[in-house]
Amino acid sequence: MVTVTPESGQEAGPGTGPAQPGHGEIGDLGAQLAAAFDAAVAADERVEPRDWMPDEYRASLVRQMAQHAHSEIIGMQPEANWITRAPSLRRKAILMAKVQDEAGHGLYLYSAAETLGTSRDELLDKLHSGKQKYSSIFNYPTLTWADVGAIGWLVDGAAITNQVPICRCSYGPYARAMVRICKEESFHQRQGYELLLALSKGTEAQHAMAQDAVDRWWWPSLMMFGPPDGESAHSAQSMAWRIKRHSNDELRQRFVDIAVPQAESLGLTLPDPDLKWNEERGHYDFGAIDWAEFWDVLKGNGPCNEQRLSQRRTAHEEGAWVRDAAAAYAAKHARQADRPAARPADGTTAEPAGHPATNHEETQA
Amino acid sequence: MTSNMTSDATGTAATAATGTDPVRSAAMALGDDALILSHRLGEWAGHAPVLEEEVALANIALDLLGQARLLLSMAGDEDELAFLREERSFRNLQLVERPNGDFAHTIARQLYFSFYQHELYSELAAGDGPFAPLAAKAVKETAYHRDHAEQWTLRLGDGTQESRARMRAALDELWKYTGEMFQPVDGLEGVEWPALEERWLATVGAVLERAGLTLPEGPRTGAWAAGAGRQGLHTEPFGRMLAEMQHLHRSHPGASW
Repeated sequence: MVTVTPESGQEAGPGTGPAQPGHGEIGDLGAQLAAAFDAAVAADERVEPRDWMPDEYRASLVRQMAQHAHSEIIGMQPEANWITRAPSLRRKAILMAKVQDEAGHGLYLYSAAETLGTSRDELLDKLHSGKQKYSSIFNYPTLTWADVGAIGWLVDGAAITNQVPICRCSYGPYARAMVRICKEESFHQRQGYELLLALSKGTEAQHAMAQDAVDRWWWPSLMMFGPPDGESAHSAQSMAWRIKRHSNDELRQRFVDIAVPQAESLGLTLPDPDLKWNEERGHYDFGAIDWAEFWDVLKGNGPCNEQRLSQRRTAHEEGAWVRDAAAAYAAKHARQADRPAARPADGTTAEPAGHPATNHEETQA
Repeated sequence: MTSNMTSDATGTAATAATGTDPVRSAAMALGDDALILSHRLGEWAGHAPVLEEEVALANIALDLLGQARLLLSMAGDEDELAFLREERSFRNLQLVERPNGDFAHTIARQLYFSFYQHELYSELAAGDGPFAPLAAKAVKETAYHRDHAEQWTLRLGDGTQESRARMRAALDELWKYTGEMFQPVDGLEGVEWPALEERWLATVGAVLERAGLTLPEGPRTGAWAAGAGRQGLHTEPFGRMLAEMQHLHRSHPGASW
């Protein structure tokens, strides 16, 4: 069994080792295709949906993109938890726009995954049945308003560190989706930082709220980069395929180096007594991560695993009659449209089931 | 003199909040409609039936919140007005405070309100009153809200047996809250309310007909339902909604966020 970690979409645990290109019983043509694919990827050329690709490459991408998409939609929950309690109308607008962006990211990513021959419905079923994962970070609760800021600053900050290299990923549709997502994520991160700054410079109670949130979110954010390089079985293959560009530990270090001075500017401390600048390495040293907690939360024992998945399933189940209605309506009107003179009398467009909404999110920040 | 002065038992608090300036009073009525409906739509986040609706409902909520902020700022400090008023000082229609219910209830509420808001803002935008610039901008948004409600009314009304039954029930249940939309609002003197109501009945009726539905038949006016929200009389779930909305802000008096 392969344990899938949501972070960076790698696999860890008892791994299957570096995979070979998917050409089991190959003839000359198969070998040529595989060689051409390897050469194109090595030359940093983009792989597009109609190009030949090894089965394992396709499967690995579907898994990573699905986990990424699932993380976006599950990630809406901890933040949406504060929409109805946002303490000012300005903050409420920022938070609603952010949660909306995450839904939008989910849409891009499911669509990008569909270019590999899967469907959103299929991927959602796998999320709901627990066959595919989402980022473990969202199994932690948002206990105070400051958590909204800590998620923006630390969780989105870690996500950006992970995701910016994916903008150069070998698979074209994923890389292009990530360009747009990263722009919005960096906006979210600045908003989170700015929220925490207002609290840190605010009343004593607000400052304490900010510090408490950072204390709770720091370590789980470091875990977002996935297990240490030595324990990350599929990293090597992902890097050879140019899906992944840097190792987990390399990215984690990059994040720590960025976050430490930012914490100082915020007037907040990070909960690690071992955190100090190492002149020789040119990096910050930091303390040991509690990997037992990481694996435990990943296994389903985090504070909110059941709650998150159950809310997702409930929303999906309670929405079934709505999706059915949209599908039935679309089917009726498609039949009418088939008859030459019988355009829908109302002038509406029959849309595919499950994709019924008008979407004008471009107008929002 | 505002119409609530004689009958409103908490006239002092309400008057302090609305003031006697008719423009301020109208800004508060329209601003509260937008603020409260935006809040209700925000409650859908993470619960919508399909991902596209997460985006669409949030979008409408954001448009409304933007309108609310402009309108409440015409009446005073937006945050003081949103977070520090008591229930009886809010001037929104009862319709917009009604709980989300199932998706059909939310769509029925959107259908009734967005068609009203679109007609009203179109009229305000065409005039030269203090709300004309804001209405001119908002009317582009309300056109989209109206379209969204219309498309879903068609899908639900002309979808499955279940969706049709749910939509029918939602339309009936919210019908009694529609009468107060056409009670004249102080500060909006130029508005032709009876004509507005005629247009609303005609346009909403046309959508329902295309969806294979009809306008409900129950009463839309009555001692309690007509104009009650505009006078600071609300429904029970509203107080609980405000408690949630205002709690954090009120827990830190004087703090900036």
